[in-house]
This record gives sequence, C-alpha cells and structure tokens, in this order.
Amino acid sequence: MAAEANAQTSAQAVRRPIAETLRTVFGPLVQLLLFVIGSAIALSLLVILLSLVQLGARPDLLTRTLTILPQVLIDGLVRGFLFSTIALGYTMVYGVLEFINFAHGEIFMVGGVTGAAVGLFLASVGLLEGMNPLFFVLLVVLIGMIVSGTLAVTVERIAYRPLRGAPRLVPLISAIGVSLVLQDVVRLIMTNSPLGFNARYQSPDFGPPIRLFEMTLGDRPVPIIISPKALVFITAAVIMLIVLNYLVNATRLGKAIRATAQDMSTASLMGINVNRIITLTFLIGGALGGAAGALFGLNVGTVNPYMGFIPGLKAFTAAVLGGIGNITGAMVGGLVLGFLEAFVASYLSLFTNGALSGAAYADIAAFSILILILIFRPSGLLGESTTQKV
Amino acid sequence: MALLKLEDVHTYYGKIHALKGISITVNKGEIVTLIGSNGAGKSTTLRTISGLLAPRQGQVLLNDERIDRIPSHEIVKRGIAQSPEGRRIFPRLTVLENLEMGAYLHSTRSVTYQEDLERVFTLFPRLRERVSQKGGTLSGGEQQMLAIGRALMTRPQVLLLDEPSMGLAPVLVEQIFEIIETINAQGMTVLLVEQNALQALGIAHRGYVLQSGRIILEDEAKVLRDNETVQKSYLGLE
Repeated sequence: MAAEANAQTSAQAVRRPIAETLRTVFGPLVQLLLFVIGSAIALSLLVILLSLVQLGARPDLLTRTLTILPQVLIDGLVRGFLFSTIALGYTMVYGVLEFINFAHGEIFMVGGVTGAAVGLFLASVGLLEGMNPLFFVLLVVLIGMIVSGTLAVTVERIAYRPLRGAPRLVPLISAIGVSLVLQDVVRLIMTNSPLGFNARYQSPDFGPPIRLFEMTLGDRPVPIIISPKALVFITAAVIMLIVLNYLVNATRLGKAIRATAQDMSTASLMGINVNRIITLTFLIGGALGGAAGALFGLNVGTVNPYMGFIPGLKAFTAAVLGGIGNITGAMVGGLVLGFLEAFVASYLSLFTNGALSGAAYADIAAFSILILILIFRPSGLLGESTTQKV
Repeated sequence: MALLKLEDVHTYYGKIHALKGISITVNKGEIVTLIGSNGAGKSTTLRTISGLLAPRQGQVLLNDERIDRIPSHEIVKRGIAQSPEGRRIFPRLTVLENLEMGAYLHSTRSVTYQEDLERVFTLFPRLRERVSQKGGTLSGGEQQMLAIGRALMTRPQVLLLDEPSMGLAPVLVEQIFEIIETINAQGMTVLLVEQNALQALGIAHRGYVLQSGRIILEDEAKVLRDNETVQKSYLGLE
C-alpha cells in the first residue's frame, strides 16, 4: 500500500506539470511582448525628446510628432511582424544546418504571388465579390503556405542536400543561385499570364478603416485608425508565432528539431531521422514565409517577382539582430527592426525639416543595424547565454 | 549466441584507413571491452556499428542480420544504443528532455516509458534531482550518467559505451563501472570502449586489444589482465 503510493508520487514527479508547458510556450512570447513595449516606449520617448529640444525653433513640432505617433507605432507593428515571420525561416534553417538560406526571401515572394493568383482566379470565376474577407484570408494563407512550404522543401532537396558536407561557402552560393532562378522563373510565369509583372492583389472588400480611438491634441481631435488588412496581418502573425512556439517548445517533434539543431549525429543515435527533421524545418520555415507573403501582398495591394529581395535581407538582419539560430531572437529582432524602420521613415524628414527623406533612409537604418550588430554584438540581442537554437 | 558480430570491417575517413579488418563477436549477456591507445580505432569501431560511419568492406551483423548498410536512426530501432565519446548531451535540453529524446522511438505516454524512466532514475538518483536542469549545466559525471541513461531509454539489446570514464574523478569512475556491472547483471549486453584498461578488464568477460586499426589480441578478460604485452602497454605494470 505504502509502496504503491510511493511509486505513484515518483511517477508524477517525472511527468511534466502543465504550468511548465505553459511557461515554455508563453515564456518566449512574454519576452517578445516586453521587447515590443520596451522598444515602442524607448523610441517614442526619443522622438518626443528630440521635438522638445527643437521646441524653441519650431513650436509646432511637438504637436506634429504626437499626432503621427500612434500611426507610426501601428506601422512599426506591421513591419515588425512581417520581418519576424520571415526571419523565423532564416533562423530555423540556420539553427539546424548552420547555413543562411538566401533564397528564403523568394519563398516569401512566391507566397505573395500565389495569393495574388488565387485572388485573380476567384475574380475571374466571379466568386471574389461576395466572398467573406476572413474566409478569403484563410484561403490565401493556406494555399500560400502549401505552395511556399513545398517549394522550400523542393529547393532543399535539389540545391542544398547534395551539398551537405561541402565547405560552408558552397551551399551559400547555391542559395544565391536559387534566389536568382526563382525570381526569374516567377517573372517568366507572371509576364506570360494574366497576372502581369506588377500584379494587382485582388481581394474582397475589407470595409473602411477601423477607428481605434480618438486623441485630442490642443483644439482638434486626431482619429487613430488601422486598416482592416493590417489588423488581419498582425492577428495572423501573432497566431502563427504562438503555434510555432507551441510546436517547437512543447511537442515531441519540436524537441527532436531542437535536439537535431544542437547535435545532429547524436540526434540520429536517438533514432531521429535527421533528414526528415531538416525537411520539416524547411517546410515550417517555408510555410511561415509563404503565409507572410500572402498576407503582406494583400496588405500592400500589389506583388512582383522582386518583392522578396529587400524584405528578405531585412528579415535576415532581424534574425542576426536577435541572435541567429535563436527562435525567440528572430521574433524580437523582427519587431525591434520594424519599429526602428517605422520611426526613421516617419520622423527623419520631420526632424531634419525635410532635408532627408525618411522613407529613403529607412533601408539605410536597417542595414546600419546589421553592420553595428555584427561589429559590437555578433551574438545578437538575446545573446549566447539564452540561445535556444531552433 | 552471437548477438553482435563484426566481420573483417574496414572503415575509412576519406583516404585514411582507420579500421583494417576488425572482427569482433559480442554474445548475449556479456560485457566485452575494446582497449587500446589513442587513435587505435576504438571509437571508429563503435561509430561504424551505430551507422555513423559506413564500412567500405566487411559486414556488421545484429542477430545474423546485416545492419551496415542502413542509416543510424534505423539501427537504433533494431536495438543498438550508444553513449558516445564525450557524452554529447543535448546542452540546451533539460535532463528530462534528454531522456525523452532517448525514448524518441517510443510513446512517452505509455506505462513502459514510465518504467524505463524509473529504472534510469533508480540507477542514477542524481538525475532525478536534476530533472528540469539544462543538460549543459551538469557536471561531467552527471553528464555521463545522463548519456548512459539516455541510451538505455531507447530499450537496446546492446549498449555501446564509448569511454565512460573519460575525464572523471577516480571515485566517479568507480561508481560508473559499478553501474555498468549492475546494468549487465540486469541482462544488458555491453560493448565497452576504454582507455582505462585496468578498470575495463576488471568488469568485462572478454576483451579485444586494438592497435592502429587492427586487433592484436583477444581473450578472456582475466587472461588479458595477466598478459605481458597488455600489462606493459596498457596497464602500466612492469
């Protein structure tokens, strides 16, 4: 009797409590939230401070700064989640294979083009008009994920797997080649189809912008609005990040992915089929990129074969910013970079009195970050100590 | 009955001929040890058995079935587990997650899994105390225990141990060897690779002496212990 009770407690001792599962899943998300709030507050304070410094010379600056601030923050969130979802693809593949998949930006682009093609098809059969917008989003995201995920797996099979064991530079060059090939193949397909080079991303009517709240500044009210598409994008990105965190941190498969990332040959001694895990990594990263592409194209309204290049490079920057190989780091890096870009794009011309156009300098800001990080903190924001490789 | 058999195995690292025709037999229930100095080919032999390296010539048989042409994750399924050289714990997984990886091929919801886990924790009570600690934070001895425990979680027929005593304090070495004997007494067949020849021959039934990729001696462990060459070269006795 006593022995039985004893055996029971010891069996319970080794079973994982639910609280711990919740912590492993939501811990990274809380960390992400803290970084989002932190960088939003820090950057807001910075611009307010800058406008106060110039208050003597330009008295209207503070009002103008505050007027656009909420809109800049929303813009930062959209950019941030865009970079996060793409950066995850870079970081997961890096975690397992220690190689930068430079074709990942094109995987993202294919997701966007697929979404536009779905929109075009639905419009041509007359289904698009009356379709429920949320159903449409679900449809393009799903198809985008399938197409991009499959493409990413195929690329790994054809262009990377035969090079496994070759010097590190070789698959890297292969990736750049794949990137160029994909751009031009997609261009060939698009220009020879009704889509055209710059394809319009048709979608059902999402309705008017949503008024979040109204802010009173001085004597006039300033409405804070968010476009429904941007809201859909943010919501979808948050859901994907939660699912990914659950998958990687709390499932048997996720543990196998992490084990493979930490030590590939020992993982195979556990009976883990390492090749299958690598395929799966490309599938997940590709699907995330495809979903991001489908949603981003929808948000912007047009897609073209080269739309993946710059976001791809920036997402890579985000992955390095957060600590490459680190999943939480990729999300954090993406959001921090997104906010930074949004602030530079909106405030640079304001503060320099129009001398520097912010939109043009946003890219410079992003890539300067890459250089600074590589020089001063190569291990990224989250550092080596907390590195949780894929 | 021969459980594991190597017949004239040749393994290469690129152009380097590391194993030059190794033949080994491990019978069910035995502890067999491979001793030899650095670079003799001990670890290469284990890596060849586990499928991490493919032999260019010769064959590896488990229960009279060839396993030298199948990938390592399939070999684990057939019943060969290895605690690799240098322990190779997953440093950023917890102790429990490391053990779960050992049980990757089995359901962690089953009763047998709980029993396996109990068995490992009974052998290594230290692991139970450290169950939610990250593998990389364990001491060398604890990591070795975890590596053996993790290998046992795969439910093997043969356990391959690569230098379990490496870098451990003498008192821990003593302890690890006692545990290997205990595991063997419970019915596990063990192939033990060691530089610590004295200890290894102390618990093994039979032994092989490797030198630059060839077997130069094989016999009962107690005969090897009295062998003059072995005493001079590996036991440090004059």
